[in-house]
Amino acid sequence: MYYHKILVIGGGLAGLRAAIESAPKVDTAIISQVHPVRSHSGAAQGGVNASLANNPAAKDDTWEKHAFDTVKGSDYLADQDAVEFMTKEAGPCIYEIEHWGCPFSRTDEGKIAQRPFGGAGYPRTCYAADKTGMYMLHTLWERSVKLNVPLYEDRVMVDLVLEGDSVRGVICLNMRTGELEQFMAEAVIIASGGSGQIYGRSTNSLISTGSAQSTCYRRGVPLKDIEFIQFHPTSLFGTNILMTEGARGEGGYLVNNLGERFMSKYAAKAMELAPRDIVSRSIQTEINEGRGINGQDFVHLDLRHLGREKILERLPGIRDLAINFVDVDPIEKPVPIQPGQHYTMGGIDTDIDGATKFKGLYAAGECGCVSVHGANRLGGNSLLDTVVFGKRSGRVAAEYVLSKKASKEGEGAMNKCLKESKERIDGLLSRKGTENHSDIRADMKETMIKKVGIFRNKSLMDEAVAEIKALKARYANMSVQNKGKGYNLDLIRAIELEGMLDVAEAIAVGALKREESRGAHSRLDFKERDDAKFLQHTIATYSPKGPVITYSPVKVTKYKPEARRY
Amino acid sequence: MAEGDITLKVQRFDPTADKLPYWQSFTVKTRPGMTVLDALFEVLNHQDGTLSFRFCCRAGVCGSCAMIIGGKARLACETQVAQFLGKGDLMLSPLPHQPVVKDLAVDYEHFFDRLKRVKPYLVGKEPYPEKEYIQSTKERQPINEPIDCILCGSCTSSCTMAWTNSDYLGPAALLKSYRFVADTRDAVQDERLDIMESESGVWRCHTQFNCVEVCPKKLNPTEAIQKMKIKAFKRKLLGRRKAKK
Repeated sequence: MYYHKILVIGGGLAGLRAAIESAPKVDTAIISQVHPVRSHSGAAQGGVNASLANNPAAKDDTWEKHAFDTVKGSDYLADQDAVEFMTKEAGPCIYEIEHWGCPFSRTDEGKIAQRPFGGAGYPRTCYAADKTGMYMLHTLWERSVKLNVPLYEDRVMVDLVLEGDSVRGVICLNMRTGELEQFMAEAVIIASGGSGQIYGRSTNSLISTGSAQSTCYRRGVPLKDIEFIQFHPTSLFGTNILMTEGARGEGGYLVNNLGERFMSKYAAKAMELAPRDIVSRSIQTEINEGRGINGQDFVHLDLRHLGREKILERLPGIRDLAINFVDVDPIEKPVPIQPGQHYTMGGIDTDIDGATKFKGLYAAGECGCVSVHGANRLGGNSLLDTVVFGKRSGRVAAEYVLSKKASKEGEGAMNKCLKESKERIDGLLSRKGTENHSDIRADMKETMIKKVGIFRNKSLMDEAVAEIKALKARYANMSVQNKGKGYNLDLIRAIELEGMLDVAEAIAVGALKREESRGAHSRLDFKERDDAKFLQHTIATYSPKGPVITYSPVKVTKYKPEARRY
Repeated sequence: MAEGDITLKVQRFDPTADKLPYWQSFTVKTRPGMTVLDALFEVLNHQDGTLSFRFCCRAGVCGSCAMIIGGKARLACETQVAQFLGKGDLMLSPLPHQPVVKDLAVDYEHFFDRLKRVKPYLVGKEPYPEKEYIQSTKERQPINEPIDCILCGSCTSSCTMAWTNSDYLGPAALLKSYRFVADTRDAVQDERLDIMESESGVWRCHTQFNCVEVCPKKLNPTEAIQKMKIKAFKRKLLGRRKAKK
């Protein structure tokens, strides 16, 4: 049995930042399915928000203005105390990463460069070309090397060990050996990322299955606001690879088959830089009404007028992607794009410390929900969320462990859980059903994008809930071909799918019960926001029969809900 | 774009069960835009659940899926299958000179161990400024390229010098070192050059340019290594002159 005082599950930005904070004070190790530099954080492109006021056009920017933009962007579902904390801490957290080596692009004065982004009153998105996430990720991994943080890679967390109201550790499947391993701890920080792969047309990495998140959910840790799914306006047609919002921040246009910059109809003032929920709905409306290019499911992202030099300097990454994946050089031709699933605003229900209802169990980053993003996250706020709340959860977890008197409790619970995991996996391997789990996965993704997508209504979501139940029944009748031990992708993907189906169900049921339109949750049968009934967080608690939905209050400090216009 | 069937000839090896690696063929129906990674998933999902390979972002940024494709190290996720149609079987094998975990998935431990030996982190000049370090665009220019390394391991796996000497830091680790040597914010240049001058450092590079040829990000580790040779050489020369005075 392995033992560390703090275990961080996930080596992306939130996990690394948490470990960097706690490791100097308390023995901390990172467990990850992939090496940290492979994490999905590295796919983030456009930048990270902080009111540094480095751009001449942002001289008057303040953290309060950043907070207001974030709250308005969230359609007032974000907890305002948490938003204030995040926006206040943004500057110090970005400077810190810069001091650790993050190679931000520079202004003429040699300061961190900042660009305009959607839903923001000022150019406050700090960027490093269009690979900001990758550079931040490498920088934090480098810092973790400096601090000698132990790393257990190629491990999939298959169970969370709880005893009474406390966490005791986790059970992992070692992908290389195929063996189950026990990791005991005083505190566990879940930083496993989002679950975007539940959806078709996702921009997310293939490992963004939310497996650690769903494992917690099945063990009784509630999910908050899980029905709020962000669709990014500009993902590459065909593969749904991300084309950064920075492309529009630098001045890119969205154009339909008539050659119109159609955003003038939907957000006359902000145009292409309206928040993501609004731009995605606008694009989808154009497509639905037959104004996609050649009547197909895409419109154009046109960057040609930015000129070669600006594209090569500021947007080299997406240029390479467009050339590699759709054979289009944005310098010469417009890029075919469509909205794609991008981010899960909801996640493991935590407070402002990242703490869950279980002692010693924390969550940070996309897998968690503080909530700072509410019903719609602003671009540039997810990287910020990872470093601000990764740091805070690391600090609070370390304080908790240092104040804890007893240690290494719960060996019995660890052993019981190991036995259950073993039975579960042996059970999966011995199934002789006829269903192929990759087909079930494909059908789930199709159901979610078609029926719990950008535009929602009761009849579609009723069908989705029924289809997910049917998929679960098919799952019970599937089998795993590969009975081997080493790097058994067949088994790992089967394990992941079980959890994905549970979270898919929570998303669909949460969305069905929320009879209003707010942020990214847009219902054709309830078109208005309903603050009287739904200015509340959805809390989904697992039960074998399906999610139990309750609600909890939203923290409002100084920004009273008002109509959201751009 | 051409469509048709393609036969993948995949090197299979399970070190816990097989004495030697062997080749196995799978025929996959291609579609426009299909990548090698898509084709591998087609095999995994519908033909052989025992196949193993690494993957993550499927957008060329995470560095997980480097492998030998058609005789050259490439990223499976950004390599289109169409270019190989009609050219016989497409051979897929793991990155050479790294232990195989299974089939196309290699063990990167030794690769990252070598990286750790070059102090792969900025040691910023202290005291830290209240805000950011001031670094002009001109000062940042030398690191513009090396920071794009995704640590996929293609270069180090293709370097014959790294094959024959497992101590040699290899192009990826040396490029990482250059990224800090060239960073105006760094405070430990001498220590870095000491490592570069060591037995396993820059002088082992024989400028074969294999690393440059395979880099999926079109980076130039060979050039970075030569720049560090020049720095190390100048430092020595200058030290000698000072000692003489």
